[in-house]
Amino acid sequence: MFETLGILFYEFFKIGLFAIGGGLATIPFLKNLADARPWFDASMLSDMIAISESTPGPIGVNMATYSGFMAGRQFGLWGGISGAFVATIGLVTPSVIIIYFVSKAYRKFKENPLVNNAFYAVRPAVCGMIAAVVVSIVASAVLKDGYVVKELYRYINIKPAVLFLILLAIMNIPKLKKLHPVVFILFAGVCGALFSM
Amino acid sequence: MKELWDLFFTFAKIGTFTFGGGLAMLSLLQREIVENKKWATDEELLDYYAIGQCTPGIIAVNTATFIGTKKRGAIGGIAATLGVIMPSIIIITAIAAVLNMFLEYEIVGHVLAGIRAAVAALTINAVTVLGKKAFVDKITPCIAIVTFALSFIFPSMSPVWIIIAASLLGIVLKGGRGLCKSGQVKGNKEQ
Repeated sequence: MFETLGILFYEFFKIGLFAIGGGLATIPFLKNLADARPWFDASMLSDMIAISESTPGPIGVNMATYSGFMAGRQFGLWGGISGAFVATIGLVTPSVIIIYFVSKAYRKFKENPLVNNAFYAVRPAVCGMIAAVVVSIVASAVLKDGYVVKELYRYINIKPAVLFLILLAIMNIPKLKKLHPVVFILFAGVCGALFSM
Repeated sequence: MKELWDLFFTFAKIGTFTFGGGLAMLSLLQREIVENKKWATDEELLDYYAIGQCTPGIIAVNTATFIGTKKRGAIGGIAATLGVIMPSIIIITAIAAVLNMFLEYEIVGHVLAGIRAAVAALTINAVTVLGKKAFVDKITPCIAIVTFALSFIFPSMSPVWIIIAASLLGIVLKGGRGLCKSGQVKGNKEQ
């Protein structure tokens, strides 16, 4: 168990160090983690995001806690709780160290052209990576398991696909745009239960 | 010691009432940190927030560390950070533990299938918002397309390499010109 916790700390330390741009930026890392380690699989990513968006706390922290629990639960409930704790501490350790030093000289950092120039390219790069994960999240929502890209239309799950399109349309109506994500998540959950998705 | 507890509990409160992070948290920080506790001015808070966005890690955690460090040095930063993550650890662990027990029921599967459709739509919107901020010229969308494609061609490659490569690319592309200076921080203030 301690070995798993050690690896968990290392993995989330790495995420905390390289995920730039807030909670959503950790998603490509979590997808990578799902592929590389046996703790949880990529199909659970979507549930993880839903729970993290609709419960209190910053999304990135919530997702780390959830992944840590998943990684540790093979050792029982306490394993899960330890995993949640270790992953979250791992995630925030680089922040604490980096911010400590940045806060000592924060005006210089803010106006450093090197930092700003690096971010000019990092921001779109992160966008592209998140978009790639979004594709697999959409696929897991509207397609049946084991889909083949060549015959995609045969694997479409009609009910969730319709719900997805309706929600996407609603979210782009200016007045409804500002609604909290929890509202959409709850609405979709109720629809799922009512129409046996 | 009392001040450390104060930092811990104030940020635990902020963590509890933050849903999703981002701008929702900024208004909470303003009320608690600027108006109630007077630990920072509005100006400073926006600076911390802007820096939190462009340093590694979760923005909420970075902002908490910043304010804690300013108040009580390194130990203050740790107290504030522990405060902001504590509600997540308790709430998410409880949900994860219970959800595993409930997964056996068929209806939970239906609910999750519905929710997955909502998450798909929500993440599409989130990435669109990020894109609008990141695409400032003709080169930036191309960078996004390249990393998008790389994610599919090398699915098991760690995003770490892409982040490092992108930082270097940014410095190379913008290097001599010093074009963006502090424009990005200013942009955040205007929101």
